[in-house]
Amino acid sequence: MRYLYYPGCSAEATGKAYDISTRALMEKLGVELVELDDWNCCGATSYFSVRELDSFAIAARNLAIAQQMGDDELLVICNACYTTLAKANRYMAEDPKVFAAVQGALGAVGRTYDGKVKVRHIMDILINDIGLEEIGRHVTRRLTGLRVAPYYGCQFSRPMGAFDDVQMPTTMDRLFETTGADVITDFDAKTDCCGGMMMLTREDAALRLCHELLVAARQGGADVIVAACPLCEINLEAYQPRVNKAYGTDFNIPVMYFTQLAGLAMGVDPKQLGIDKQVVSCDPVLAAIPA
Amino acid sequence: MTELATTAQARELHRKFCEDVLGMPGGEKIKICQQCGTCTGSCPTSHLMDWGPREIIAAFRAGMIDRVVKSNTIWLCTSCYYCTVRCPAGIKITDLMYELKRMAIKYDLVPKESKNPAMTKYFVESVHKHGRNHEVELMTKYMLAKDWAMPLRYWQVGLKLFTTGRLPLSAKNTRGRDELDKISAYLEAQEAKTQ
Amino acid sequence: MPDEKIAVYFCHCGSNIAGKVDVDKVTAWAAEQPNVVVAREYKYMCSDPGQDLIKDDIEKLGVDRVVVAACSPTMHEPTFRKAASDAGLNPYLLQMANVREHCSWVTEDKDEATEKAKRILNAQIHRLPFNEALDPIEVPVNPAVMVVGGGIAGIEAALKLSATGKKVYLVEKQPSIGGHMAMFDKTFPTLDCAACILTPKMSAAGKDPNIELLAYSEVEEIDGYVGNFKVKVRRKARYVNTDTCTGCGACQDACVVRKVPSEFDQGLGKRSAIYIPFPQAVPLRATIDPVNCLTLKGKKCKQPCTTACGPQAIDFDQQDEVLDLEVGAIVMATGFELWDPTPETRYSYGQLDNVITSLEFERISNASGPTGGHIVCKNGEPPKSVAILHCVGSRDENFQEHCSRVCCMYSLKFSHLIKEHLPETDVYECYIDMRAYGKGYEEFYKRLMEEGVHFIRGRAAEVSSVALTPEEEGRLIVKVEDTLLGIVRRVPADMVILSSGLAPAKDAKSVAQTFGFGCSANGFYLERHPKLEPVSTVTDGIFIAGCCQFPKDIPDTVAQAGAAAAGALALVDNATVKVEPTISYIDPEKCCGCHICVGLCPHAAIQCNEEKGVAEVIEAACKGCGVCVAACGSNVPQQRGYLDQQIFAEIEGAMAV
Repeated sequence: MRYLYYPGCSAEATGKAYDISTRALMEKLGVELVELDDWNCCGATSYFSVRELDSFAIAARNLAIAQQMGDDELLVICNACYTTLAKANRYMAEDPKVFAAVQGALGAVGRTYDGKVKVRHIMDILINDIGLEEIGRHVTRRLTGLRVAPYYGCQFSRPMGAFDDVQMPTTMDRLFETTGADVITDFDAKTDCCGGMMMLTREDAALRLCHELLVAARQGGADVIVAACPLCEINLEAYQPRVNKAYGTDFNIPVMYFTQLAGLAMGVDPKQLGIDKQVVSCDPVLAAIPA
Repeated sequence: MTELATTAQARELHRKFCEDVLGMPGGEKIKICQQCGTCTGSCPTSHLMDWGPREIIAAFRAGMIDRVVKSNTIWLCTSCYYCTVRCPAGIKITDLMYELKRMAIKYDLVPKESKNPAMTKYFVESVHKHGRNHEVELMTKYMLAKDWAMPLRYWQVGLKLFTTGRLPLSAKNTRGRDELDKISAYLEAQEAKTQ
Repeated sequence: MPDEKIAVYFCHCGSNIAGKVDVDKVTAWAAEQPNVVVAREYKYMCSDPGQDLIKDDIEKLGVDRVVVAACSPTMHEPTFRKAASDAGLNPYLLQMANVREHCSWVTEDKDEATEKAKRILNAQIHRLPFNEALDPIEVPVNPAVMVVGGGIAGIEAALKLSATGKKVYLVEKQPSIGGHMAMFDKTFPTLDCAACILTPKMSAAGKDPNIELLAYSEVEEIDGYVGNFKVKVRRKARYVNTDTCTGCGACQDACVVRKVPSEFDQGLGKRSAIYIPFPQAVPLRATIDPVNCLTLKGKKCKQPCTTACGPQAIDFDQQDEVLDLEVGAIVMATGFELWDPTPETRYSYGQLDNVITSLEFERISNASGPTGGHIVCKNGEPPKSVAILHCVGSRDENFQEHCSRVCCMYSLKFSHLIKEHLPETDVYECYIDMRAYGKGYEEFYKRLMEEGVHFIRGRAAEVSSVALTPEEEGRLIVKVEDTLLGIVRRVPADMVILSSGLAPAKDAKSVAQTFGFGCSANGFYLERHPKLEPVSTVTDGIFIAGCCQFPKDIPDTVAQAGAAAAGALALVDNATVKVEPTISYIDPEKCCGCHICVGLCPHAAIQCNEEKGVAEVIEAACKGCGVCVAACGSNVPQQRGYLDQQIFAEIEGAMAV
């Protein structure tokens, strides 16, 4: 198996661990990742707030490159990148004006895109292409007794619900059940928003949301929270001390990218998964995993 | 922000907003909003908004555009899409929020206190400059423009992130980044033609 | 041919037609067409003066062919044909030209409308000379009626029909009649006990000499037509001899398989593999469920049921019985299903304990239910706070668009029952609109406000178990915007009742198809006319009543059942019924006996006459669909009233303008 891979801007900065662990995980599973050549920022929520057609066009530039590289699928790891790129496809498909505008804009830079590249979330590929059975075969260190809170985040399956339920998705649950972990299956807050970029512009809003998420995780007895988006991960993890300061709490819950924890279960060396990059120490988690 | 001085001005603005919003795919559905409150009830930041999404729609339908643009509502939307998937009338509320954001910027009606518009502006600039969003550069620019107190709050976090390599001072650029400017120029020219 | 005298009447239909079509112009043009002896226009042809125009011209001018350019034949063909017939002209020598639904109503362009009106009219003017006089076929009517569905609607219809002396077959697929109403505790707004008002009717239906009760039975096949339906009903094996079983219930106490979730108790209670669904069941007979009975599954069992049964009524060798019944009319009263709220994942139904549906609550509050009528949570403790969420799965583009009509009222009823049982408990109702439209309903709403129920105008956003404060721990939190206050509230509850909507039965579409009528877009059975014919269907002789047509409360259901019974009665109270003679005719001189048409006929209305070597139409069964006419390679079958010459003439007329 081989996939064109779109890392996203955070993957080179705050979300570095997500990129590293994704590559390590896929290598373990025997899946080849080819980074999309000369990719650009998807635009995320910010660009769409400023200009509409431009944001579709710049997102589509990536899809045009994918098509040029001869592929009709693009593996994406970040929730926001996934939703933004998939949204470009959907709007192009539903609105002929958008299609024409994007085509025209790409044409102005010598590119072409017919709207047919499928944007795939890494979880979709893990569950539906690779399959839980195959993944299970690679699990060498069962996470028995490790209580995992599967935090999907808001843009994992919303708004399109392409491969999982829009409100109560279960793919991440199933992935970690396969690793033998004790998944908190009734983690009601699993798709509640972490606040995203608001952590920088309206800290009070984001801290409140992260506080509620951490409360929910603690209520479920979580030993670790796993996330699928660099924004979610950094908000819950790097800013956990800020939550404690604002709310007088003493949270110290490790937060990881789900690829990091899955990689650990498959025997990948923690250093290869970027575990050393966490602000809240993941030592308790590492200690809980059998050698 | 431009003040909405005269009623005639407000009415004209309302007409423009209506045209734009009702012209969006699915925009007509605003007319069948039942005012059930599911959107506001689901919204993660509604408790901070002057008016929740439900009230924004009610205000819009009542022609009270000034209430819509003067409120902090649209800038507090995190685009989590809860409202969109739960709305029984099928209104694409998140897309509506985006549209209102774009219109507020277009007609220079952004509330002075709101910080999000600045963030989005610098984000777009960063993307055009590098092809990618350089997080450190973005945060620095934003901080200098809008939030000098930020380092005081975040120095601990920042330090930790920096020492673990998560805040690189330099970052890769997209080779073809000038294409993005060309794309924008093309679309701007197209829009000018239709005005 | 040359001596047909055609009269043309062009209706204005107020402004419906005249608003688009230039009536004067077309009428004047028509007057000049071949064979037309008179052409008139009038405002409302269907009115008495309008009809008189037709009658006068037939009598005085010797008109022998008539075309009325007006609305759709489904509206007024019978009206005009009767007028012609009253004046002594064979009704099949009158045609309608639809210049409304097919013309004025489908375009904004007046020129286009006028042009098309001419073509439509000319088609009929060309066709009419080829029309033949036909006489309706009178078929005998079977005076028996079948009622499908034994809920309150079906029971009421059956009793009304029986009261007139007609024989009624009441077919019910569950082991007992009673339907959903039998599950309810109290009914709004009078708070009558459902069983108290229902069981007398159930009992009457069970004992009535004219009603043959076929419980635990389903309709498998139906054929025929109005007045002459042939229905195959499968009486499923109960594995209990219903003649000797006394309904004492000793078997269900003795049965070793005791943990089957009880369907009647919505899965909250348990029953045995041999069971009587509820104590007031009619017929009061035991039934063995083959899915759970050890013996019927081929496993070892001491069969304590047989030991316990005094009359020795248990018969494991019993077979299904298929009955071939003949009836003149059918009333469909198959009811509804409660919408399953599982897909509405934000309410966590099936995920979190104590989130229940309305029917589950009915069983909990019912004294003969799984909790003995005590309103308790799963842990057996009474709830200190209950939230009732309106519009679950209703008024929602994502699920069911329609409003389910009764949920506001039954929610109020629940509030009252909770307050009555547990006066200290807080009750919250989260609603969008309070729909209290019926007799005594608004007053009932006021009563509940007086009883101190907390009404929150807002549709609940989610039900969660995440506790943000110590008070919220261990409780269900309902997050809802109180839109009247403009505040988002977190309501702590120990029990959440989902006022789920009424949905069409899952097999409604296939049942409707079996019986030969259709469903509306929302899945409920389609009535013939939404305003004026709510209990008839497009198929003559088949009526609908109750929630299978659309959600409604008990008073409306009972009223509709009576209306359907009256409709059926109007049919079967006559010895004969007239059916349209526009059926197929196979000329034995021309038929070569290849029999291709026999297999193709969807109504099995053509048979092989081996003696003569030809195919013959069974007139009574033919529905005039035209398949045989189209299929025959030699063009032999002809549909009366739709002869090839008539159709070709129409085409020529339409193109000749």
